[in-house]
Amino acid sequence: MRKRKRLNMFNIVNHTLLVIIGIMMLYPIVNVTAVSFSSYTAYIDNPMRIWPEGFNVDAYRQIMANPVLWRSYLNTIIVTVSGVSIGAALYILTGYPLSKKHLKGRQLFMLLVIFTMLFNGGMIPNYYLMKTLGLLDTLAALVLPPLLTGFSLILMKNFMENLPEELEEAAKIDGASDPYILWRIIVPLSKPIIATLCLFAAVTYWNNFFTGIVYIRSVDKWPLMLFLREVIEASKMRELASGGNAAEMSMDQVMTENIKYASLIIVILPILFVYPFVQKYFVKGIMLGSVKG
Amino acid sequence: MSPDYESASNAAIAGLKRQRERTINFKYLLKNKWLYFFLIPGFTYFIVFKYVPMFGIVIAFKDFSLVKGIWGSSWIGFDNFYYLFQSRDFFTILRNSLVLSTYQIIWGFPAPILVAIMLNEVRSALFKRISQTVFYLPHFISWVVLSGMIIQFLSPDNGWVNRVIMAMGGEPIHFLLEPAYFRSIIVSAEVWKELGWGTIIYLAAMTNIDPTLYESARMDGANRFQQIRHITIPSIMTTIIVLLILRIGNILDNGFEQVFLLYNTSTYSVADVFDTYTYRIGLVDGRLSFATAAGVFKAVVGFVLIVLANRLARRFGNQIW
Repeated sequence: MRKRKRLNMFNIVNHTLLVIIGIMMLYPIVNVTAVSFSSYTAYIDNPMRIWPEGFNVDAYRQIMANPVLWRSYLNTIIVTVSGVSIGAALYILTGYPLSKKHLKGRQLFMLLVIFTMLFNGGMIPNYYLMKTLGLLDTLAALVLPPLLTGFSLILMKNFMENLPEELEEAAKIDGASDPYILWRIIVPLSKPIIATLCLFAAVTYWNNFFTGIVYIRSVDKWPLMLFLREVIEASKMRELASGGNAAEMSMDQVMTENIKYASLIIVILPILFVYPFVQKYFVKGIMLGSVKG
Repeated sequence: MSPDYESASNAAIAGLKRQRERTINFKYLLKNKWLYFFLIPGFTYFIVFKYVPMFGIVIAFKDFSLVKGIWGSSWIGFDNFYYLFQSRDFFTILRNSLVLSTYQIIWGFPAPILVAIMLNEVRSALFKRISQTVFYLPHFISWVVLSGMIIQFLSPDNGWVNRVIMAMGGEPIHFLLEPAYFRSIIVSAEVWKELGWGTIIYLAAMTNIDPTLYESARMDGANRFQQIRHITIPSIMTTIIVLLILRIGNILDNGFEQVFLLYNTSTYSVADVFDTYTYRIGLVDGRLSFATAAGVFKAVVGFVLIVLANRLARRFGNQIW
């Protein structure tokens, strides 16, 4: 009897701690959402709220009236869609030959890929390359740098290596060519890893701030993260200037605070929306790709 | 058979073999033409966007100006490195980088292991799946969004953190203007963001543990803590050691975005790291050669560390490549 009681104790403590961690993970997101739909007085009254009070969408209306938001939203969508689709095609094409153990020169190709994971030219030479190619301040400068990574390519290669070879051999005997085999046999079998890499890439492109701040100057080419940062900075500057005195805040500043919360939500909305549906996919993908690394 | 004849025939056979090999190679290439063809676009990408910039590090050895280009600018040898190592900035960024990484390892490394062990002890599949979904979520939030939340939560007038401090009778704190708080803010934000994501690899390692081990341990009367200590932890020890070694190999990488988005002139003294320094000195102030030298230092040291780390990791029966 004593033993069973102790087991229950362990479970209770363990589950409680996990629930607390879960609340810590969710609280900031829930809080931002609640405040973005609350009235300003409700926010001043209790900034810790987790439920909107004085429900309104004024902040959203204000931020959505900003044409720069739409322009940068569109830019980020263009960049994400093209980066993910071009990247997926290249990962498939490059990963397939590298998964063939008999391919002569495979070692050399792998070495070239791995070396890029260990050493890089750094910020300034990359900037100079973009300048030389005439890509500064173009959307292509946002698409190209994160396009392929050694890490993802190795995941793809490892996954394809573990596919059953018999299917391919049978197709070969029937006279199928390599492009046919790749398209009709390998790609359908590789769906889990392709989905995983697409998700990784989509998140990278969506969240990318670095390439934007380094390569983009004009406002009409801004990705979403540059826009968001501008909103955050604007209110930060004002806050520092106000000397932290809430009573002296003007109506203008009041709006900025609520707008900021609303813009945070607008930016993560697509991720929050698709995340629960795709969550189990990528975990499986990572495990499948990394086994027998 | 005379020795002459023998060696001559050996030479002839060797010649034939060589010839056959050559024809096989040609045939081989022809047979696999598609495979090599598939490699072209991907490798063109790697050459242009990864290898060409590596040659761009000659910028560090030149008095580089964007107008003159790499070939037009004059060589100045190691002068930039000389100035770099002489400057006070260098030791500030090196120290900041190492201290920040050390904090990140101390707090950020064990946390996912603990949580993975806790998750592994959960018997209900539903509870486990829900917690994992919730724990992974922050990983998908960008640093720009997260920095926005941090700035807002820590705001001296309406941020809820200062509200709590004031409710307990304290004075509001300008957290982001105080160098003393910068590292704690960055490190806790990073732990929050990556805690759940980091558990994936340990949970994967735990799925490989033979369940009969737990069964027999239970038979022998081991409680849950004893099972964790004597079965779970030893089983994932290799993974832990390998990841730790590799993390230490990356010690000069602090992440550009989180530092860049949260630091300001009043916290430069503790916040400036290699990447932010390179950005400011190079792309903002236009001292491209000097900034490249800082970047090269980081890349070379990073390369040596990660190669050593992988050597070491390989010794524990695991490696990345």
